[in-house]
Order: sequence, then structure tokens, then C-alpha cells
Amino acid sequence: MMPHTVLSGIFPLPEPCRREILRYAGARTHAPELTALLEEALAEAAPALSGKVCWQEFPIVRRPDHLDLGFAQVQSASLEKNLAGCDRIILFAATVGLPLDRLIARYGILSPAKGLMLQAIGAERIEALCDVFCDHIRQEALCAGLRTAPRFSPGYGDLPLELQRDIFQSLDCARRIGLTLNDSLLMSPSKSVTAIVGLGPEAAGHPTTGCPSCPKTDCIHRRIP
Amino acid sequence: MNILEFTKDNLLFLDGGMGTLLQSQGLKPGELPETWNLTHPEIITRIHRDYFDAGSNVVNTNTFGASCLKFSREELDSIVRAAVENARKAARESTGTQPKWVALDIGPLGRLLKPYGDLDFEEAVSVFAETVRLGTKYGADLIFIETMNDSYETKAALLSAKENSSLPVFVSNAYGEDGKLMTGASPAAMIAMLEGMGADAIGVNCSLGPKALAPVVEEYLKYASVPVLLKPNAGLPRAVGEQTVFDVTPDEFADDVAELLRKGVRIAGGCCGTTPAYLYALTAAAADVVPVPVTVKHFTMASSYTHAVVFGDKPVFIGERINPTGKKRFREALRAGDMDYILKEGIAQEEQGAHILDVNVGLPEIDETTMLTNAVCALQAISNLPLQIDTSDPTAMESALRRYNGKAMVNSVNGKRESMDAVFPLVKKYGGLVVALTLDASGIPETADGRLSIARSILETAESYGISGKDIIFDPLALTVSADPQAALQTLEAVRRIRRELGCHTSLGVSNVSFGLPQRDILNGSFFTLALANGLSAAIANPFSQEIQKAYHGYCALMGLDENCQNYIAFAQKNTDIPAAAAPSVSGSDLHRAIVKGLKEPAAAATVQLLSSRKPLDLVQEEIIPALNAVGMGFESKTVYLPQLLMSAEAAKAAFEQIKAAMPADSNGGKCSFVLATVQGDIHDIGKNIVRLLLENYGFDVCDLGRDVAPEVIVRKVTELRAPIVGLSALMTTTVPAMEETIRQLRIHAPWCRIMVGGAVLNPEYAAAIGADHYTKDAMEAVRCAEAIFASLPR
Repeated sequence: MMPHTVLSGIFPLPEPCRREILRYAGARTHAPELTALLEEALAEAAPALSGKVCWQEFPIVRRPDHLDLGFAQVQSASLEKNLAGCDRIILFAATVGLPLDRLIARYGILSPAKGLMLQAIGAERIEALCDVFCDHIRQEALCAGLRTAPRFSPGYGDLPLELQRDIFQSLDCARRIGLTLNDSLLMSPSKSVTAIVGLGPEAAGHPTTGCPSCPKTDCIHRRIP
Repeated sequence: MNILEFTKDNLLFLDGGMGTLLQSQGLKPGELPETWNLTHPEIITRIHRDYFDAGSNVVNTNTFGASCLKFSREELDSIVRAAVENARKAARESTGTQPKWVALDIGPLGRLLKPYGDLDFEEAVSVFAETVRLGTKYGADLIFIETMNDSYETKAALLSAKENSSLPVFVSNAYGEDGKLMTGASPAAMIAMLEGMGADAIGVNCSLGPKALAPVVEEYLKYASVPVLLKPNAGLPRAVGEQTVFDVTPDEFADDVAELLRKGVRIAGGCCGTTPAYLYALTAAAADVVPVPVTVKHFTMASSYTHAVVFGDKPVFIGERINPTGKKRFREALRAGDMDYILKEGIAQEEQGAHILDVNVGLPEIDETTMLTNAVCALQAISNLPLQIDTSDPTAMESALRRYNGKAMVNSVNGKRESMDAVFPLVKKYGGLVVALTLDASGIPETADGRLSIARSILETAESYGISGKDIIFDPLALTVSADPQAALQTLEAVRRIRRELGCHTSLGVSNVSFGLPQRDILNGSFFTLALANGLSAAIANPFSQEIQKAYHGYCALMGLDENCQNYIAFAQKNTDIPAAAAPSVSGSDLHRAIVKGLKEPAAAATVQLLSSRKPLDLVQEEIIPALNAVGMGFESKTVYLPQLLMSAEAAKAAFEQIKAAMPADSNGGKCSFVLATVQGDIHDIGKNIVRLLLENYGFDVCDLGRDVAPEVIVRKVTELRAPIVGLSALMTTTVPAMEETIRQLRIHAPWCRIMVGGAVLNPEYAAAIGADHYTKDAMEAVRCAEAIFASLPR
């Protein structure tokens, strides 16, 4: 027996949401030539995708001027708001893997239109993977009588991107799921997410982020309400 | 006693987990375990000693993450020194009577190498070198490279160990549940590469328990000619209450590993979750295991970063088209540094079924070393086929082999002493499957006898360099039958006898046989079939040749190498001659529509037809540009979306390619040069690629420098071309400073150029603040902006 350590697993990805992929590609139409391209790209992407996640649980200790999250000390009003009612977090990193990056690069040369579609597929798939994982956490939490807060990533609100360094150090992402961080804080493979999920009896449960709260109303990716 | 000598007759036991034990001793999340060598030497020494007491022959120093990426040079020095001392002390204090060794442990750097990460291969080699030199200096007995989940990083580590130490090197990789490394390599691919580079033992650790790793281990036992090692986890960790437990007990672990020792594994220990108790159990369970002798496996293999190509009964098809000989357009692309042209040649051959790509970029007026190395790296970024490095310049060959990710084919060596003395040391150092031409200082012998005798002498010399016959593919040289009617017969006999008498594989440049004759394809196809029937293992040929394809598919189907004739049937269906129906006549509006709808093939076909009645430039002005404008305006008024804009741009490009082919060669239709790049530190390039495609449509000569481009490189290209416009892209806030620095340098060295910037993090104010002339929000705006700048240029 030993104290909590990093866990990892492969999660099955759900059926892709085509509407969501087209939204990521900046298209609000179902023109037949466009859906044909989407289906082609989906078929090629399928064997290149996997759903790897690693995670670890930490207690939250609230200090006068920061949050002690066990793996790092964080000053962030927006994270604090997100974690209201939580007494612990699941820190996780997820990736759909490197083969998709290779495919995107290949079509960057052969066909930028398909390259764009593959990018959009990657964006939709990594979000779907995070949703699957967070659902899993939510179910487990429910069994323990706990609720979960919406996942919150570095770069959201005032949570600094630099937190990535601590996350990578702590979760050992390279070893667990083959995810790495470069000097500019970019992740490779590119279709990857790190995030914090708050757990607690009084967790907020509703998003404080997402399209409705974003001031950029002319964004091509904005979800239509 | 030397560890390699010991391993010849004995099983060798390694240690078990370290990280998980340190956590239970109080190591904090994020704390660097290597520092405990200095702060808690007694704990580290005790863990090592417990392993030696449990029967381990080898313990790994607590240096898994010890590199100069995480520690200063002084810290690294004291950590490695203390780590080796701690292990040595444990060996002295242990009550175990078995022979004991201390291995310098080297784990992954935690950074991904280029092209998908930002760590340069040579930088990785030198980072590993620091640790290797220290470990060697402080008295480690061997180097243990472990838990590597990327083939390229494994290569960097092994190369570094070989270059900076003469100690034995063990190399162990971490395979996932899919039986592959995180970056995609199969066991056979890793075995080919690591054995080629001279690893002393290879194998598998971490990730999974012994049962789950068994299929990967069996692949190792099948292909490896060096001792195979195994260091599995105690199964998978799971959370139970506030604790983490592993799901395989010491006894199950010991039984499962002992089972694999009986199958041929020679070196075993444990990884995450295993403790001295697991090693006690293992050494006890293995007490009656008789070591299985390590034998040479006669597999001839080349590999990439995903898979190995094994030479055997089924012919291997090596695509020959990345080669400037006799190709004007290819030579132009090489001179212009147009890498995309080369990449497209590669992908097109892959799509035609090539298994390996030959890469020859030699031209007298270019720097072949740089070009060959760049071409190899660029091809490996987008194609997972193994490559055949084709050059007569040993410097270029070494540079490309060094950077190659996998075990490359090398084209070529021959029976001349100076050729062998130049090529064999490179093959010995970097690994490789070398093509050996059966010619020597007196030329090509006319007879098969003569060629065989050269082959024998090449084999002998190769052995003296430590290269075995399985790593040589003989090319007994096809010569034209137009000059000598016996030529083909002699070559065929040589092919047959090399296979039968020398037990080696062969390859031929098939098309030489028909030189000087009409309808060469017919003879090439027939000769290929004959050669295959005589035992030819591989051919370097043009995958676009119908007769070669027919011969290949026919042979495989007839020889029982194509299950249920599946490949043959697919090939035949694709090639059924469709009776040439009268092509429907095409009007200008069809071309217009094909572009607006984004249909590539119809756009190209309509262009070809229309070119018979209309002038190329008229088509551009009257059909293509208006169609592009219609789409562009639709995009601006949000009735056409980005992917549709791109599909139209690609269709227009397909039309332009036909137009270009119809234009006189010396005509220059371009507007002006436009240098385009994603700035240093940023690897996002989809937006930049979109801008490039549209600019090309609108007639700009785009010089695309790619992504993660240093300011100096951009400045050099702009001054070299005296380009009037530069486009820079950045997607991350963290890379905008690199954009600002590029602009600063451009202002000093290329004051004439106008600078456009774009990317997700920028806006007009931000762009102005970092000194750019123009901000463009999307690709259409970039085109409009570039056209306005072009119109304002003095003529």
C-alpha cells in the first residue's frame, strides 16, 4: 500500500458529433461536398485516435492569499470561484495521441481543406474525451455523495498558463500518456487538454465558462444558443 | 566478472520499482526523486541493498530523470556521483553472494523531439551525453536506458551512450496496451533499430503487468539476436480508499515472469509497484529455469518509427521517384528548396503501394548534406515508410543516417575498397540495411560468376566490420539487353545464386534492362517477373509503371503471397479499362462551377479540355479568377465558410497546375515574392497553410519557410529574394515576442519589406504595437492586403 499516485487509463471515445466538428471548422452549413470531405476525414482519422488520460487526486487547502492544490500553489480568482464548495480536486491530462498530428501535417501539404477538417475532428475528439472522463469522475463522486465542478484549464480566466509546468511535473504526463510540454507551454500531441475538476459536497455544478460567458460575440466558433 | 560474459550462461536479475517506494517514504508530488541521492542517501542505499539481498544482480541508480534539462551542471554532477556511490555501498553491504553490478539509469527527458515537439535531436543527444559521461566517470558498470516511449528519443539516448562511453548498454522500451510505443513503433521496428546500433540487450519495461506484456515479449524473442530483458509493472495501479494498490501479487508476478524466462527472456526484474518482495519471489520461482540460448535470428529488416519491413518471399517495392536524374521539374524544385514537391512525390508513391522510398537529392550545385538530411526529416514527418538513403557522398550519408528515425536502407556500397571503408563504419555505427552493388575497381563483371565473387568479398569485408550478411542486400545490376543479349540472363543467374549460395537477399534497379529500347515498360514488367521467379527480394522501380504493378500483383497472387487474391482483385478492379466514352463537352461555366463547389478532379479535367480551344491566360482571367472572386466574396459576406473556401482554393490550384503545364516553360506568371512563416517557438501552421494556398491562387510566388522559424532564417530569405512582402503567423501569446523580434530584425536588415501579421492572439492594436505594417484577420483579407501592397510597388 502506498499513498495516492498518478493513475492512467484508456477511455473509449463516443461517436463523433458531426455538427460540432463543422462548427470547429468554421462552417455553419451541411453542403454535400463539405459533408463528403468530413466523412473522408473521419474515416482516415479513426485509426489515428486514442483516448489516453492520466489523473491524480489532491486535497484543497485554502490559504489567505492562495489555494494550495497539493501539486502547486495557485492565485486565481476564477479558479477559486470554480472550486467554491469543493474540498479536493482531480487533476487530469488527456490526449488523443500523436498519430493525428502526423495526419494533420500530411494534409497540411496535400490538402489544407482536409487538414482543417482533421484539426476540427481533433478538437471535437479531445473535448469528447474530456467529457467522457469527467462523466466517469462525476459518477464515482456521486457514489461518494459528492458533486463535481465543471473542468477548469490553465488559460481559463486568470488561471495562468504557467501552471502547465507544475501539472506536467506532477502527473508525469510524458511517461503516463506520452504528452509533453515545450518551452512555449505548447503541448505535444497538440490535441490534448489538462484541467482541474473540483469535488465536494457543495460543488457548483454549472459552467462559469464557455460560449455564453465569452465577450467575443463575433467568434466563428461560437455556439449558437 | 564482465556482465556480458555472465549473461552468456546465466539469467540476470534486475531490481524492481524505485519511484513508488520513494513515494511511500514521503517523496512529495512534483518533488524530484533524484535529489534524494543527496538528501536521503540512507533511504536510497537501503532500497538498493534490499534488492541485492533479494537476489538482484543489477540495481539501477536513482537517476531516472537526472539530466541537465532539470538540473544545473554542478547539481547533476553531484547527483550522479552520489547515486552511483549509494548503489555501490548497497552492493558492499548486501548479504547476497551473487555477482552484482551497478547500472546508470537513464529515463526519457519528458520532452518530445522535433518535428512534433520542440527538442532538437542533436540537443537530446548532448543532454543524454552529460549524464552518460558522469555515470561512466563515477564508475557505473553499464548503462540502462529505460521506459523510453518514443523511438527517436531512444535512438538519441543509445547514440549518446555509444559515443560517450564504452560500457555495455541495455535498452528497454515502454509499450502500451496496443503493443506499440506512444509514438507508434512496433517491437520489430525497435529491435531492427536498436540491434543495428549495437545495443547489448534490449527489451521491455513499465506500462503493464507481465501477462499483458507477454505478446510484446514474444515479438522480441522472435526477432532479437541479443539477450531480451523484461521489467514489467506489478500490474495496473488503482485507488482503494486513500491508497494506491497494484493488482498483481509477488507470487503471480514471479510465476508470470518465470514463464517468460522459460520462453527465452534472459534478463528480468520489475518496474512500477514492484518491491524487493517481488524480486525474492522471482528469484525463487526462477531457480529451476534453464537459460534458453540466445540465437541469431535471420531477419533482414529496414524500419521506420512505426514498423519494420521484413525481406522475405513477398517482394519489397522500393519507390524510385525521389531522384532528380532526368527530371527537370524535380531539379528546379531542389534548386528552389521546394520541399513540398519532394514530399508529394513521396506520398504519391506511398499511395501507389511502395513499401520503402528511395531518397536521392544529389545535384552538383546544391549542398547535398543539408538537403538530404532535411528531405529525410521532412519525409519522416509525414510518411511512415522506411527510407532508402541514396547518395555517393559519405558526409551526406552520415548526416542523414544519424537523423533518420529507425533503421534505414543505405544505397549503396560496392566492392571497391574505398567504398566499403567509407560506408561500412557508418552502417556499423547507425545501423542500416545496405545495398551492395556487385562491381569493383575493374567494373561490372559480365558473368554471374564474377558478380558472385565480388559479393563474397563484400560479405567478408562486412564481417570484418562486424556487419552480418542479413544486413546486406545485393544488387547484382541489371544491364540493358540492347547492348548485350546475355545481360539479363547473367543478372538473373546472379540473383538466383546469391539467394541460394550466399543466403542473402537481392534488389534490382529493374528498368535498366530496357535502356535504349522502345516501349520500355513492357520489357521491365517481364524482366521483373523473371527476376522475382529467380528469387529477387526487392526492386527499386517506378510505382506508377503499369507493367511493374501488373508483374508485382500477378506474381504475388500466383505464388500464394496474396491471401484470397485480395490485393490482386483490388488492383484489377481499379485498373479495369473503362471504354473511352466520348467525353461530354465542357464549357467555361463547368470550370467555374467546379471551382466554386471545390471539386479538384473535375476542375482539372475541365481545364484540360478547355485548353484545347482557349488560351491558358484567357482561362485564368475569364474563368478561374472570377470563380475565386465569387467564393472570396461569399466568404467575406459569410455565405461561404472556411472549409469551402479552402476546397475551392484547392480546386483552383488543380486547374492552375494544368494551366502551368500548358504554358511555355520560361513564362513567369507570378506577381512578386511573398515570404511566409510561423514564428519561432510556435508550431501551429494550419492558418499559415491556408494563407499560402490562397496567395498562390492569386499569383504570388510564396516562399513558405514552415513553422517554428528563427528570425535570422526569415531575414536571410527576405534579403536573398529581396521580397517586398513578409507574412508572419503566431497562435500563442507566448510566441508573440518571437514575432516582435523577427519584425525588429527585418526592420534593420530588410527595411524595404512590408510586414503582414495574423493569428489567433493578434488584433490590429497588438499588431501595431509590435511594429507590423498590417494585421489581417483571415486568409481572404491577407490576399486583399497583399494585392494592395503589390499594386503600390514601384514598377
